[in-house]
Amino acid sequence: MAGSKEIRNKIKSVQSTRKITKAMEMVAASKMKKAQDRMRAGRPYVERTFAIAMHIARANTEYHHPFLVRRNGVKRVGAIVVTTDKGLCGGLNTNVLRLMTQRFREWREAGVEVDFVAIGSKGLGFINRLGGHIASSAVQLGDRPRLERLVGAVKVLTDDYVAGKIDEIHVFSTAFVNTMKQEPRQFRMVPIPDEVRTSAGELRGGQVPEGTWDYIYEPDARELLDGMMHRYVEAVIFQMVNENIACEQSARMVAMKSASDNAGKIIEELQLIYNKTRQAAITKELSEIVGGAAAV
Amino acid sequence: MAATIHVDVVSAEEHIYSGEAEFVVLPGEVGELGIYPRHTPLFTQIKPGSVRIKPAGSDAEELVFVQGGFLEVQPDVVTVLADTAIRAKDLDEKAALEAKRAAEEAMQNKTSKEEIARAEAELMTALAQLEAIRKLRHRA
Repeated sequence: MAGSKEIRNKIKSVQSTRKITKAMEMVAASKMKKAQDRMRAGRPYVERTFAIAMHIARANTEYHHPFLVRRNGVKRVGAIVVTTDKGLCGGLNTNVLRLMTQRFREWREAGVEVDFVAIGSKGLGFINRLGGHIASSAVQLGDRPRLERLVGAVKVLTDDYVAGKIDEIHVFSTAFVNTMKQEPRQFRMVPIPDEVRTSAGELRGGQVPEGTWDYIYEPDARELLDGMMHRYVEAVIFQMVNENIACEQSARMVAMKSASDNAGKIIEELQLIYNKTRQAAITKELSEIVGGAAAV
Repeated sequence: MAATIHVDVVSAEEHIYSGEAEFVVLPGEVGELGIYPRHTPLFTQIKPGSVRIKPAGSDAEELVFVQGGFLEVQPDVVTVLADTAIRAKDLDEKAALEAKRAAEEAMQNKTSKEEIARAEAELMTALAQLEAIRKLRHRA
């Protein structure tokens, strides 16, 4: 019976691992539903905010908000990196961090310095190891992030931008395609881009003519545009983070499901080996008895 | 058929109204705004109040309560980015009255500027909600 005890122990340990992954799968599945609903509910608002921001960028405004002005010779950029706080969610963070690392190298080769804002502890740890300069961070946000904490972290960059210390702000995050598929993406948040990719993956640009018109402002252009640009940053960041949470829960559910499936397969294989060794031991004992009887 | 303008009312929580309209009335920061199709571009803040939409080819008006936000008008699109928006028929009169009472009480008791400002904002919202309910009643 050599080895059969070890195999039994092994089966037990894999079984308890499967229990854990199964439980995590179910927790992720229930959180995923809520996270996806929240993300979908926020989409129309963000899309309209983008549309209006792009309209404003195309207008010949009397007051030039810094977010609307493109600067020549980009020397320093801000990068907001949205990742999860916890692991066990497949390649979600790896993918977005790989994209970020690529761009980081390109920027460095071009002599552009980068200030990072890390949202999520996975990104924070990674950027630290990479040796990037972290301007601020927001971690341990939970399932329902509070806008104040996000805005606080991002404000460091927008203030630097307005002060002229950095020339562009980019966002790295994960786009939710469907439950099985999430894609890393990067886009320039500030200055306002010409076109953005919608959640459906299509490019959408401003639909108004460029440069030849202006709004009527009631009451004051400066105040209104300041308020709107502030709102734009808030809405975009909040949606990116919510989308990332939806991605996280979906990816975790899928990852845990495949872990549970794999555990099941291993248990089956181990069970087969266990049965075989047990059979072999019995056969051996029997033949020994038979052999012994024949000798007598 | 008369010209129409596309109206979108969105809040951070949901897409509350989207459709072609002949005429829209909105509570602008400096006064009520009536927007017809082919309006010149306009950008303003809105205050708590009701948005009245007359959908194309229908006599029934849509009432949406908004709690402030931004309004962009383009010749063929009106977009309302509302802080919160509620369909007027989902408004709760009791809750609004309660909120108004609480806000008035708060204004009397509170001393710091910030608290008074917050109570004032709450009172404005409650009053605007009641106004929207009254309008809806009036029509029904």
